[in-house]
Amino acid sequence: MVKKVQHPGVDTDVLLEWYRSMVFVRHFEEQAERSFRRGKVGGYLHLYIGQEAVAVGVLGAIRDDDIIFASYRDHAYVLLRGTDPGAVMAELYGKSTGLCKGKGGSMHLFDVQRGFYGGYGVVGGHLPLAVGAAYALRYDHGDRVCVCFLGDGAMNTGAFHEALNLAGLWGHAGLCPLVLVVENNQYGMGTSVPRSSAVPALASRFDAYDIPNEVCDGMDPQAVYDVVRRGVDEARRTGRPWAVETLTYRYAAHGAADLLQPYRAKSEVQEWRQRDPIAQTEQRLRHAGALDDAKVEAIAAEAERRVQEAVTFAEASPDPAPEELYTDVYGEARDGDR
Amino acid sequence: MPDLTYRDALKSTLVEEMDRDPRVLLMGEDIGVYGGTFLVTEGLLARYGPKRVIDTPISEAGFIGCGIGMAMLGLRPVIEVMTWNFSLIAADQIIQNAAKIRYFSGGQAGVPMVIRGPNGAGVQLSAQHSQALEALYGYFPGLYVAAPATPADARGLLRTAIRASDPVIFLENASLYGLRGEVPDGDYVVPFGRAAVARHGRDVTLVTHGRTLHMTLAAAAHLAADGVECDVIDLRTLRPLDMATVVESVRRTHRAVVIEDQGGLYGVAGEVMAGIYERAFDDLDAPVVRVSGEDVPMPYARTLELLAQPNEAKIVEAVRRTVA
Ligand SMILES: Cc1ncc(C[n+]2csc(CCOP(=O)(O)OP(=O)(O)O)c2C)c(N)n1
Ligand SMILES: [Mg+2]
Repeated sequence: MVKKVQHPGVDTDVLLEWYRSMVFVRHFEEQAERSFRRGKVGGYLHLYIGQEAVAVGVLGAIRDDDIIFASYRDHAYVLLRGTDPGAVMAELYGKSTGLCKGKGGSMHLFDVQRGFYGGYGVVGGHLPLAVGAAYALRYDHGDRVCVCFLGDGAMNTGAFHEALNLAGLWGHAGLCPLVLVVENNQYGMGTSVPRSSAVPALASRFDAYDIPNEVCDGMDPQAVYDVVRRGVDEARRTGRPWAVETLTYRYAAHGAADLLQPYRAKSEVQEWRQRDPIAQTEQRLRHAGALDDAKVEAIAAEAERRVQEAVTFAEASPDPAPEELYTDVYGEARDGDR
Repeated sequence: MPDLTYRDALKSTLVEEMDRDPRVLLMGEDIGVYGGTFLVTEGLLARYGPKRVIDTPISEAGFIGCGIGMAMLGLRPVIEVMTWNFSLIAADQIIQNAAKIRYFSGGQAGVPMVIRGPNGAGVQLSAQHSQALEALYGYFPGLYVAAPATPADARGLLRTAIRASDPVIFLENASLYGLRGEVPDGDYVVPFGRAAVARHGRDVTLVTHGRTLHMTLAAAAHLAADGVECDVIDLRTLRPLDMATVVESVRRTHRAVVIEDQGGLYGVAGEVMAGIYERAFDDLDAPVVRVSGEDVPMPYARTLELLAQPNEAKIVEAVRRTVA
């Protein structure tokens, strides 16, 4: 579970916890990729490697009872929300003990108990859901907020524009406490932002819908936190949507199955790696005297131990029972033949 | 039992359910200030206020998707589409999200939502405003598809729809809103998956749903004058589909004609016929016949439009062939 911050700022203790969290998520995903290569994980596997600071900064800024919607690149959010890593790995393995009983897979993680309302595979398709969910949170005069993560590519879908116009409208009535977090990782699959958006300054799109917005460095968890915390507080107070464009990068291929990456230069990946969120945070903590070689190693070892525990659990878990095929299609028994 | 129009049966049920459950809300284009294109929601904005009767912009994918999010968080949105034709803008939301979320979340989330509005042709609305979509939505597991043909079923099925735990495609028809009929008072519900026998007869089974029920009943009355007695089955819901009632009837009559408003290739009638052949083949004395709409986009000219649709004469002719 991501460490929460008490205002006014992020202290070394918090940063150290965030470092631990990011290292764990990275180890988890590196293992997921190995399991994918070994044929243990099927389908599509979209890794978050490089973008960890965004999830950590955002989840550090919200309350446990706030809710989250996201795309298919969704492992980090549940792991940081405190979901049992074994259940997450088991879902990737398609096992009965998986978060969604093996029916969703990597792209459709859900942990409703912890406010994680899914992973969705159609780009942009989850945006209207998040707007409606935000409305529902305010319907009963509650003060929870809905956080919606989306990619740069999702901003080009029709669903984005329809949903955000509604969010802006409902916000005027104080009925849409929505925090939109764009993870501009520079690409939608192989298409860069300048090749896909007529206006590459993506955050400016929110102006069209009267949604206040900011841009921030998405490679630094503290920078993300500082900006998002303001936005979350504002959305909670006013019931209006708020948006941030985080500038980040995925080093991994779009999906683990991609072999070639003809759309970008290796040097570009290397440049972004210089700003790796984990390495940057480590430097800062070393500087503050909170980390040394031994501690760094211990944190990595602990992360790896937890990941291996998750793998062991997933491997040992049974496949879903054949009877599970027809459960969860409907929520209640039905008359009729089909 | 009061005599109500189909429209008033829908409206009074909305009111009763909104009074009963504060989590029921309405959303759609021009349902509030304007009163609804077919006036089903007239006056409800004044009664419940803008938080529960939401006039939306022209954003079908947006507001239907929002309804899904609301439903996942425990509200019970009843969404009006001006006509089902426009639901295609939101097909991704309905098919990819609403129908599947329960399944791919492993049962963690559900979408108790109703989408309702007129389906099929009106009068000379031409190709883009006339499509009947029951076969399309009937294809997807996770959805319910209801198509009330009478004021009583409009009430009973809508109540079931609003209380259901999964998304309901609720298909009305422009030609039915003014139809009058007796509507049971009180907490009247019609469960999904139970066809109604609208007329009893021993010679041939006629299976239909929605607006075509009425021309089918007219055809049955006509045939009765000639001594052919029809068992008329109104499916009422297409998903779930009550084949048991159909098969039971066919076992008695040994003949069947299936009538649908549009369809044809890959339509509801084809599915019902397949069910009859699978389960009652040995009981049949004649091939099952279908009466569907013609296989064309809906034309504008009234003469062509009438040609494109089923009617009483076409049904009578099909039945005569079957019993010959
Ligand atoms: C509607 C739709 N079109 C195409 C795809 C295939 N696809 C999957 S991910 C993706 C790129 C999305 O980019 P972005 O929103 O920036 O998210 P990122 O993958 O960078 O996290 C595409 C085109 C899809 N899943 N959905
Ligand atoms: Mg991207």
